[in-house]
Amino acid sequence: MSRHIDNFKQSYLWYAFKRDKVAIASMIVLCILVFTAVFAPLIATYNPYDPINTDVMNSEIPPLWMEGGDSAFLMGTDAQGRDLFSTMVYGMRISLLIGVGAVVLQSVIGITIGLISGYFGGKLDSFFMRMADVQLSFSYLMVAIFFTAILQAAVGVGRFGEIAIPFLILVIGFSQWPQYARTVRASVLAEKKKEYVEAARVTGFGAGRIMWGHIFPNTLSPILVLSTIQVANAVMSEAALSFLGLGMPISRPSLGSLINSGFEYIFSGAWWITIFPGVLLVVLILSINLLGDFLRDVLNPKLYKG
Amino acid sequence: MSSLLEVKDLVIKFGLRTGDVTATTGVSFTIEKGEKLGLVGESGAGKSVTGFSIIVLISKPGYVADGHILFKGTDLTKISSEEMRNIRGNRISMIFQDPMMTLNPVLTIGTQMTETLLAHNPKMSMKEASEIALEKLRKVHIPSPEKRLEQYPHEFSGGMRQRIIIAIALITDPEIIIADEPTTALDVTIQAEIMDLISELCETEDMGFILITHDLAVVASVTENIAVMYAGRIVEKGRTRDVIDNPQHPYTKGLIKALPEGAKGSNRLNQIKGMMPTLTNIPDGCAFNPRCPYVMDICKTDEPSLIQVKGMDTQAACFLCKEEVFTNE
Repeated sequence: MSRHIDNFKQSYLWYAFKRDKVAIASMIVLCILVFTAVFAPLIATYNPYDPINTDVMNSEIPPLWMEGGDSAFLMGTDAQGRDLFSTMVYGMRISLLIGVGAVVLQSVIGITIGLISGYFGGKLDSFFMRMADVQLSFSYLMVAIFFTAILQAAVGVGRFGEIAIPFLILVIGFSQWPQYARTVRASVLAEKKKEYVEAARVTGFGAGRIMWGHIFPNTLSPILVLSTIQVANAVMSEAALSFLGLGMPISRPSLGSLINSGFEYIFSGAWWITIFPGVLLVVLILSINLLGDFLRDVLNPKLYKG
Repeated sequence: MSSLLEVKDLVIKFGLRTGDVTATTGVSFTIEKGEKLGLVGESGAGKSVTGFSIIVLISKPGYVADGHILFKGTDLTKISSEEMRNIRGNRISMIFQDPMMTLNPVLTIGTQMTETLLAHNPKMSMKEASEIALEKLRKVHIPSPEKRLEQYPHEFSGGMRQRIIIAIALITDPEIIIADEPTTALDVTIQAEIMDLISELCETEDMGFILITHDLAVVASVTENIAVMYAGRIVEKGRTRDVIDNPQHPYTKGLIKALPEGAKGSNRLNQIKGMMPTLTNIPDGCAFNPRCPYVMDICKTDEPSLIQVKGMDTQAACFLCKEEVFTNE
């Protein structure tokens, strides 16, 4: 293990990282945000899901430093009287959970399909790639609106809230797999011609072992870059869906639904309900994207631009 | 008692849109335990495809159209792909040309070595496998192998990598090793080292060894038997010493004359005039007739078969040998 750490310290990645101020700053910001999200129950001052902590009388209290601010609510409260800071922290947790979950799903589907179509080629390849084309020709919003409408009608809006997280992961995951499949397929096509693949065949390995054990590790660097960009995309997709009222319900808000819920009050003066979650979303996405750009530049300057 | 490997009348064809193209015709040879055979010829003569056919891995659209490949009496062209996978890389191993390319750049050599072992012996423990890997690395004279197991291919030089590839080929104690131009990518001093290593290992491990190359000097220094291929046919085969010292077929003569040592006195190297015909365009009769300095009328109509040369242990496919018109210069 210590050998791996030593190796990492000598790697070009670490060398480039130490010299890139933007990358260091985004890494620090991202680490703080992820830490906050993971340990939300310890950091948030209230549990926003617990009705005991909500009092309609406390609604729309401005942030602490403004006139009428309450020392109990650092960033004020939302329209339902929940502490905005705690709700944001919990909301970011949901946003990140959906983002990462969707990317895991995308990558599992996309990498498997990409490996298979790149390695076997022929009809299988044509079939999967045409499927990817068809998939990409639908906007994910359209697909999501379609399925959300059906699902909400089927299980009722109340119950929809309970299954919203896995549902959003599925919708975003399924709509974006072609990105992975195409990237992986392109790398596999290049790797498959190299002699080590032939050597592996000569050694008597089966197709599965060659694909996963030998070709897949060689396609990891584009996958890594794509994954960072896709996490940001997925978080954004989720925010967009929630903003349209198709995502997380207001009782368990993500950043997107928080922005949406505050939108009605923005002209009545309660701007903080929309602005704070909005800024948090921007900072989160920006730090992920900047890190993704850094990785892309280091690992392969010729790669796909997100 | 059947031979270790017997290739009989092997015909390999490539199915193209315009029809089948024949890559090799009637290739036959045998190899015994501990025997070293050289398969020599120009690029495109069908040497490599013959090598690949032995492990039944001819890349599409190639296929074995006729003939048998008997490995200890079992016909490899007839067994299932499951059985073949157990032989390939386990009992018959192959070494490739370019040591820079044949190792996977992102896996440690320890992983690559043990993986081969574990794939063929699922019951073996990781510990046993690494011990065998260490032993094989010692056998190919890699210094401090314990440390080396954890390194990646880019941390080795070309000669070292080829030795590791040899160690991987040896790791399952195969009975036959096929080496497809194993030293072409290496410089001459390393070449000699690697060839010495391979022939030493063949003797100690009692393995059959097939060396596919276009380098006559390497064949002469390592192998006992030789088969010269031209346009998919074996044109001459016999004991290496006999064939090199006393070639019978005009093509073999040309090859040997073309060696730089053959150009004594004159400034130019001798070369065989013309080019080898493409597989789609093989002339009638003897495939070598357009380039042969001794061409006769019969060569343009009839195809010569391999016949025993009188008074010698060599076989050659040439009418000159039959009619004894041809005497050695």
